[in-house]
Amino acid sequence: MTANRLSDGAVVYFDAAGGWSLNFAEAATVSDRVAAEALLDRAMPAVKARLIIEPYLMEVALDTDGWRPTRERERIRAAGPTVRRDLGKQAEGFGFKG
Amino acid sequence: MYRYDEFDHRLVAERVQQFRGQVGRRLSGELSEEEFRPLRLMNGLYLQLHAYMLRIAIPYGTLSARQLRMLATIARRYDKGYGHFTTRQNLQFNWVKLAEVPDLLADLARVEMHAMQTSGNCIRNVTADHLAGVAADEIEDSRIWAEIIRQWSTLHPEFSFLPRKFKVAVTGSPRDRAAIAVHDIGIRVVRNGAGEVGFAILVGGGQGRTPVIGTWIRDFLPRAELLNYLEAILRVYNLLGRRDNLYKARIKILVNAVGADAFRAMVEAEWATIRGGALALPEAEIARIRAYFAPPAYRALPTVDLASAVRDARDPAFAAWARTNVHPHKVAGYAAVTVSLKPHGGVPGDMTAEQMDALADLAERFSFGEIRATHEQNLVLADVEQAALPDLWRALGAAGLATANAGLLTDIICCPGLDYCNLANARSIPISQRIGQRFDDLARLHDIGPLKIKISGCINACGHHHVGHIGILGVEKHGAEAYQVSLGGSGDENAALGEIVGPSFSADAVVDAVETIVATYVGTRTADETFLDTYRRVGLKPFKEALYAAH
Ligand code: SF4
Repeated sequence: MTANRLSDGAVVYFDAAGGWSLNFAEAATVSDRVAAEALLDRAMPAVKARLIIEPYLMEVALDTDGWRPTRERERIRAAGPTVRRDLGKQAEGFGFKG
Repeated sequence: MYRYDEFDHRLVAERVQQFRGQVGRRLSGELSEEEFRPLRLMNGLYLQLHAYMLRIAIPYGTLSARQLRMLATIARRYDKGYGHFTTRQNLQFNWVKLAEVPDLLADLARVEMHAMQTSGNCIRNVTADHLAGVAADEIEDSRIWAEIIRQWSTLHPEFSFLPRKFKVAVTGSPRDRAAIAVHDIGIRVVRNGAGEVGFAILVGGGQGRTPVIGTWIRDFLPRAELLNYLEAILRVYNLLGRRDNLYKARIKILVNAVGADAFRAMVEAEWATIRGGALALPEAEIARIRAYFAPPAYRALPTVDLASAVRDARDPAFAAWARTNVHPHKVAGYAAVTVSLKPHGGVPGDMTAEQMDALADLAERFSFGEIRATHEQNLVLADVEQAALPDLWRALGAAGLATANAGLLTDIICCPGLDYCNLANARSIPISQRIGQRFDDLARLHDIGPLKIKISGCINACGHHHVGHIGILGVEKHGAEAYQVSLGGSGDENAALGEIVGPSFSADAVVDAVETIVATYVGTRTADETFLDTYRRVGLKPFKEALYAAH
């Protein structure tokens, strides 16, 4: 589950501890629809607390390097602009690679 | 250039205060995101993929050196040291923080700038010819009229909640450098048989999902009636435009649904009821606005033939630059200069804070302190003495702003695409970069000649792909980026929509496809034919055959 942080729009991920991480690698994953819908409910407190906006579920798939967003859009959100490798998450040391 | 009057100052200051309150209430929880979203959009603030993006209005593309320096300051203070010039003569910052936006807007207001009318279903920032006031073929400076329209449209109570966004462009010349045919309303300054200056009016052009070349609905509108007539068009649209379907809400759909003749009749009938009324422009008011755009204090200089001066230039690199980036000026001894924001391999339209500062200095030194943004994502210094061109060229070169490619294949219009944009299907910038790298040889570029490539990352067509000589549209195909190519579009006075060549290309194949298209053109052209001439002569077929021969 991903969202943007209200204060600066940064991309965040719901993590296993129930918090929101800037790092895709820390994102919690679930494997069925029911669990995924339940996850969305768990975003509501953070929305109410004005921490995040626009939470939604994203699809990931497991490959040899670990979890990987299936859509290019999410890979770019997880890393930063591909045309400015010096900016965004990838420049801050926790950008998704690949 | 235009300077704010008391009313403008108050309006902008009030809006900054108002937005400061709204941001405060959002952060404290009094406003939900649903309540806040329309408010932030009214102030040009979008949420993109990685951060908030603020779109700043540059009315008719004209900036002072002082304003450009403030944009540089803002880029450093609130963003990551750069900004992006868009196809609507606006500037975008990609990394602003919500809590800081009110301060940013306050800084902006200090140089008479704002972010209103850059978003939402209102009459958007009015665009104009970037060579307004200096083009040799001009009847009148289009910015005078763009400013008059701006004053009328800013916060027009009746038109703040239109069915959809509404874009107006003005050209003062028969040559159209403002792409007026693909705007909701396009306005061309014309002279009638009696020698009077007025306007020809075109409606219902647009790009996006349903591209349309606009229809002329009036050949000659008396000058004083401009706002009454626009008001009439907007009223008809506001009343009949569809609000139930986002994709059918633009005026082009309405004009198409009722037919151009019926639409014209409705506008004329509405106009008849208000003609000569409150919005009629008194000569004194036109003169007052015109005074803001009075020509700078040109020196009396001898006439120099620009073309031969360029030919005679001893430095071939300077000559190459002058051939494409220097344009004739209506005043003897002067020239207009395109400052390319398209370095090969760079990001089209991006400019660093350092470059902004450097160009502000050069504008003061060489061009009366004024800079223009073009809809093709370049900048223009409009009033340069021809004798100073070599010095300017060297100084621009030192700032990385002297790529000799204006109007050539690598002068690509390119939207932010999937690298930044929330609506994108595919990346567009990397495609433009790879085309830039592939066609890096200047001699080859100049041999290919005028060729406009335009790239959009989705069907919204911010990158104007429908009117590119070569248009490239990013789509998502089975989860991967793919690119649909069209040929023969044009956004000028002979506007045309491109035709799709066939099945889309992968990201890897699309640059080769451009290469094939160019090779086909070079192999088919007659002596002086441009790409578009050749295309119009031979049509899609030979290009299609070359592109899909192997399949
Ligand atoms: S064309 Fe699409 S991808 Fe490009 S900037 Fe516009 S909305 Fe975004």
